[in-house]
Formats: sequence, structure tokens, C-alpha cells
Amino acid sequence: MHARYLIIGSSHAGREALAAIRMADPQGRLVMLSRERHRPYSPTILPYVVSGRSDPRKVGLGSVAWFAENRAELVLDAQVVAVDADARAVRLADGGCWTYDKLLLATGAEPVVPPVEGLEGVRYHVLRTLDDALAIRARAATARRAVVLGAGLVGMHAAETLAGAGLDVTVVEMRPHVLAEYFDPRASTLIRETFERHGTHMMMGRRVERAAGVETEACRLGLDDGTELEADLLLVAAGVRPALRMLADSGIATDKGILVDTRMRTARDGVWAAGDVAQAPGFPTGAPMVNGTLPEAVEQGRIAGMDMAGDDDLRPYLGGIPLNTYGFFGRHAVAVGAAAAPAGDGVEVVTDEGDGYCRIALKDNRLIGLAAIDRVMDAGILWRLIQRRVDLGPVRDRFLSHPLETARALMSRGWR
Amino acid sequence: MASQDTIRFISERCDGCGDCMTACAKAKGSASRVAIVAGSDGGWEMALCRQCGDPKCVANCPAGALDKHRDSGIVDWFKDLCVDCHLCTVGCVYGGIVFDPAAGHVQKCDMCDGSPACVPACDKGALEHLSAAGRLHEIHADKEDMFVPGLSACQGCNSELLIRHTMRRIGRNSVVAAPPGCIPGMGTVGYNGQTGAKMPIFHPLLTNTAAMLGGVKRQYERKGRDVTVVALAGDGGAVDVGFQSLSGAAERGERVLFICVDNEGYMNTGMQASGSTTFGSWTSTTPVGEIGRGKSTDGKYLPQLLMGHGCAYVATASTAFLDDYHAKLEKALEASRTGFAYLHVHAPCPTGWRFPAAMTTEVCRRQVETNFVTLWEFTPEDGLCFTRGVGRPRPVSDYVGMIGKYKHLGPAELERIQASVHRRVEVLQGFRRRSTAAG
Repeated sequence: MHARYLIIGSSHAGREALAAIRMADPQGRLVMLSRERHRPYSPTILPYVVSGRSDPRKVGLGSVAWFAENRAELVLDAQVVAVDADARAVRLADGGCWTYDKLLLATGAEPVVPPVEGLEGVRYHVLRTLDDALAIRARAATARRAVVLGAGLVGMHAAETLAGAGLDVTVVEMRPHVLAEYFDPRASTLIRETFERHGTHMMMGRRVERAAGVETEACRLGLDDGTELEADLLLVAAGVRPALRMLADSGIATDKGILVDTRMRTARDGVWAAGDVAQAPGFPTGAPMVNGTLPEAVEQGRIAGMDMAGDDDLRPYLGGIPLNTYGFFGRHAVAVGAAAAPAGDGVEVVTDEGDGYCRIALKDNRLIGLAAIDRVMDAGILWRLIQRRVDLGPVRDRFLSHPLETARALMSRGWR
Repeated sequence: MASQDTIRFISERCDGCGDCMTACAKAKGSASRVAIVAGSDGGWEMALCRQCGDPKCVANCPAGALDKHRDSGIVDWFKDLCVDCHLCTVGCVYGGIVFDPAAGHVQKCDMCDGSPACVPACDKGALEHLSAAGRLHEIHADKEDMFVPGLSACQGCNSELLIRHTMRRIGRNSVVAAPPGCIPGMGTVGYNGQTGAKMPIFHPLLTNTAAMLGGVKRQYERKGRDVTVVALAGDGGAVDVGFQSLSGAAERGERVLFICVDNEGYMNTGMQASGSTTFGSWTSTTPVGEIGRGKSTDGKYLPQLLMGHGCAYVATASTAFLDDYHAKLEKALEASRTGFAYLHVHAPCPTGWRFPAAMTTEVCRRQVETNFVTLWEFTPEDGLCFTRGVGRPRPVSDYVGMIGKYKHLGPAELERIQASVHRRVEVLQGFRRRSTAAG
């Protein structure tokens, strides 16, 4: 079977590409392959499925009608196992084959399972798919003690959810701080302390060395400091990595992820990549980075789709900027850009804990990063101020004392 | 997709009083969804949802809790689906969707079901609810477009917009005369034996358009058929070369609708000056150099001359105010059943005037906001009525500064243009009937 546009992956990058292709080419056959049996959904919703806040029947992001309106075909349960960029074809696990004119790899990421002795012999969970979420939810209903390996976004979300479900939760993180990829040590500490106040055990700077099964489904874990933990529910949330396995021998250049340029083109003609699987130029240096956040997947997906369809209005990617929003126990944190950049070497850091926490990092009077807890911030505006390298010199003091209002005024002036 | 309402913020009029925010908070029983913040230059700025056409907040939502409504255009937020992840706020560069700590979730403007509470609360006129596009869409969207797709007008030209709107309203039972100019030049009359229009259209000479149309109309009347005859002429075909036959037809009261689309010059033949070209304009025949400083005389103001003919209906229009144009088109059509109707529509030309193609509507709006263009209508019974107030104009430099053809002008020339704008407004005010003037 042949498609003019073939998209592998059905989450944000794939969806956005699909919509962008249809803006420029209403006709060409457009097929999306998903390895899932469920209709498309966002991995970001999964912690909320675990907690019960989101109904798994209502998390779909692409209705039948939406695909019909876009004249796009969705093929579920289609596991791609190999890409042949010479023949412009992909092979499926069931032996099927699709040929294409233009291919988008939006296959996302898969959980990293750390090398822990005995782990393969015990029952553990990961959280990347809807089935994973449903399995954790089912297990949490009877489990009493949970251990979460990793204090990244997935681990922290899950820990809060499991604590909320009444479990005794321990988080083990080998780095000294939670959410270290987004927040500075002080912000991380504030977040960790909130978890501790809510009764979650936070074991920072520790490593699980051994795992062993005990009777029923529980397991016993041995940490590097000699601590022994027992868990009825073990969640491995030690990060994710781009899902690259299908690319062996494809000639598509990869590093940590699939290397792409500012139009999301890979090293092979007719193949694009976007979202968590891609390693695109980072901001501001252009050094390739995997920036696996939802807003980046949207941005990259749109650019890839526009380029695939030959849309003249395409503006090349300006470079990945880390950013995230994070809610925990009714509090809210936001981190945009190099929010944890240490002071010095031209970087100026201003921290304010007067009314909530706010840490602003400037370089040459330009914003390079901002982290805030319990402070209302327009993350999208801050993102744009960083990306446009807006000179804050004339409003510097106002920005430092009133970042929300000053950033709004700057952007309002820009679009009026 | 339907055209949709929006709320416009006019920063110059805002004094930061915050009444809009109070009204919003009261109407919604929560924190205000519109935020007025101090600007860096002593003025005020606004953060508010723009109900984007391609909303990033929607694309960033993992829960399907945001969706742009197909008809209203409002970006709706669904509390039941929202998981408070705030990724929508990462997508918005307008500060239009914001976490409200008191409510415990994000909030955004929903246009109050079509009558936003903030707008009437502002007695400075700094907020305007722009609903014309939606209303016009409602009325005209299902009518047949009378021109083929792919007319080759320059990028940013508003003439194509204007003639499509006009003929959509008038329909097939019509005959159109398009004398030499941009309108036939973009392919409406057709190329190589093919036509560009679905109604009969012909290409008269510049000099005889109104006379030919008058004759066509009389022949149909003789045959007992009620057909609307319309001229879609440029300023060359009306103000200059076409003026003699236009004046004659107007004087005779021919039952014709004559529309002049005025781009102030012969733009499709190389940007030569016409009688309508305004003072100071660069054109290829009024060059700027060691001696030349653009056109040395003021432009001829044809609508005022047509008023002097005592036509059944005369009006000026701007495509930045399409609802105003449509209202005038209705009156002109009605008037053309008994006498001569004349519409003068201003058509800033990105190619010939040197401004970015994306700015045309903004240029049109600025012409009106500075009184460089005034919007009015005239009937012999009621005299002249302004359809948009001429009080509180912006300085004319706000308009002139947008246009490349004026970029050589110095302060003295700007002053002259400002003076002639004032003078024209005063003259037009003199044409108002005393009864209206008093009111």
C-alpha cells in the first residue's frame, strides 16, 4: 500500500504534522500508523489516568470525525519494525508493508530501564502507554507500599497520585535533586519538601542496586547505602529515550535521537522526524538536543508537516528551549529556558522568595531562563522573550520586580 | 470556517482605569480574564485571549480540554476534561489563558456569549467589539462568488476583496463594465477568449464607460427587463480620462451604479500619476530627485464633484470598514433604480505605494482614523452625513509614515497635507444639512 504522506506515531507531533500537511495539500493520500490499539492520546495525560482524574475513555485526541474531516486514514495496531529509506518503504511486525513519498517519524520515546540486578525477575511497571497507566491503576487498588525509581516528571506525578490513593510511597533518585532537568536546586528543594510534608519518602542521591521478588507480586529492593525497601508496586520512571530501534540499517543518522535540521529533515531524502524521537538544533547554539516536551512536539510537528507538504509559509525551527509546567499537591511550578543556569560567566541570577518563588536568569540584559513556584506566569510569553532575545535593558528593574506584567506589556506592544 | 468576532484594544485611549477588568470579574465571578498592564512608555497594554485561528493552547492540551468552536470561533475550555497541567499557557504568547489561583484552574475569555462585558464598561472607547466580519459572513457566505478563483491581483490588493463582495451581493442578474485598469488587468474580463466572471462583463474604453452602461441599461428597460448595470472602474476611468462620460451620465440621471476603486494612480501600467494622486506622492511621472518632490498639486476629490451633480446617491467607503461599505452598497443599489449612484472606494496599493502587502487593511483603517479618508454618504434629500465620526483624528503623519511613496516628505510637506486634510473635513462639514449638523 502506498501513501503520499506516511506518519508513524499518533501523538502531538504526528497530529500537528497531519493538520499542517492538510493546510497545504488537501488531496494527497495521508496515512497515520499507530502501534496502539487505543485511539490516539497524549502520553502527558497518563498520570491523570492513573489518578482517576481523566476517564480513559475520554482521553482521545483524534476523533473519527477529525480524521475524516482531514481526509486522513488512521491505522491502529501497526507496529513498524523497519524503515527502508532507499525503497521508501516501512515494514510492519505483521509482515505488512507501506510505501511512501514522504515519511514522518514521530514515534516518541520509550522508558529507560536502568541496569538493576534482578530487575528482570520482578514485576515492575513503567508509564508510557495507556495500557501501562491502566495496569498501574489496577495494581494501586490493592497495593500498600509503592516505590518509584526516578524523580523526573513522570515519577513525581506518579508518586503524588499513588500517595493520594493512600499508598505508602518512596521515591528513589540517584541525583541529589528532583526534576533536575528543569529546576534549580532551591526550587527542587521546595518541591521535594512539599512531597515530604505530604508523607512521601524522598531518598535523594541513592541508587537501587538489587531487586528480588518475594511471595505474591511484591519485591524487595536493595539500595547502594544498604537500605532495604519492600514494594507491592514498583514503578520504574528513570527517564525516557527516543524510540529508534526500527531505524537500524536505515541510513537515517541518529545520535541520542534522530538528527534533524531546522526543517525537521533527517539525513535521508523523504524522511522527516519530530517530537520526542527527534534531536533538533537547540537554542541558542544550534547544538543538537533531545527536548522531549509536549510544546516542542507541537512546534516540530507543525514544521515537519509544512515542509513535507511544501508550504511556503514555513519558518524554520528557532531551536529547542526546555520548558515545562508542573502541578503538585495544588501548587504550581513553571520553568522556561535555562531556568537552573548558575550565576557567573555573564549570567546574572535574581531570586525573589517574597510571594512565592521566582528565579530569573539574565545574560546581557536578555532573559535566558525563569523558574517560578506559586507565582502566576505566562510561560508562553516568557518563551517568546527568550527566543526573540528581547533586550530587557530599558525595563530591567520593572521586569525583575514585576515579571508578569512587564512581560505582558512587552508582548502586547509587539503584536498590537 | 466562519469569520469571527474579536475585541480590539486601542492603546491610545486607555487610561488604565481598570473598569474593564472590574466588569469582567463581576460578569464571570472570578479573576478578570482581561488584564491591563502598564507599558514602558507611560501608556497601557492589554493581555487577552485573541481567539486565535490556529490556537496553540489547543494544540498544547493533552486532555482535549480546549477546542476552537467551529461556528463562533471561540476557543472553549472544558473544566471536566482539564487536568490543570497548564501546558496551554506555554502555547499562548498573548497572556490569554492564565492560571487563576483563586479558582484553582486556568481561565480565558469566552466573549460573554457574543456581548463582552468589558467593552461597554470602557467609557474611553479603548475596547471595540468587532463583530462585522461574523455578521457579513452570516449574510453573504452562502451567496455565489461571481468571479473565478485565481484572479491575478497583486498580493495584498483590496480591489479583489471589494469586487467579490460587491458582485456576491448583486448576483447574476447584472452587466458589469470594467474599463482599463487593475480590475480587468487581474483577469475579471478574461484572457484568451475565457471569461473571469460568471455574469456578463465587458471591457469599454476608459472614456466611454458610463455612456455605454447607460445605453445598456436603457436597452434592457426598453425590453422590460430589470437588470443591474455596474461599473467597476479605477480612478483613471473615473477621475481622469473617464470623467467626461461619467459626468454626463450623472447629469442625465442614468440608472447606473458606478463604483470607482481609487488607488490614486495608473498602477497597472507602471504607476503613473492620475488626477486622484495626492500631494507629495511619488509616482513614475511625479518622481523624487534633485528637483522633484513627488506630486506638486493636490488630488482631485471626485466624490465631492459627484455630489455637485445632484446624484441620487453618493458615498465614500473603505475596505477596513466593510459593514459600512455593505450598508452603502444596499443604498446605492436601491438609488440606482431611479437615478445615478456613485460609490468611491479607497484602495491603497501595496505595489505602487510601497507598503507591505500584509498591511493593506491596516493602511485603510489608518486612512480613516487620520481623516485622510472620510466616510460619508449623500442624497439630495438629506445632504451629506458622515457615517463615521471625524472627531478625534490621529495626526496624518501616522498614516503617511506607513507608506513608501511619501517617505521623502519633510515636516513642511507633512504640514501641508495635514492642513489639506483639515480643510477637506471642514468643507465636507459645510455640506451637512443644518438639521443634521445641529443634531
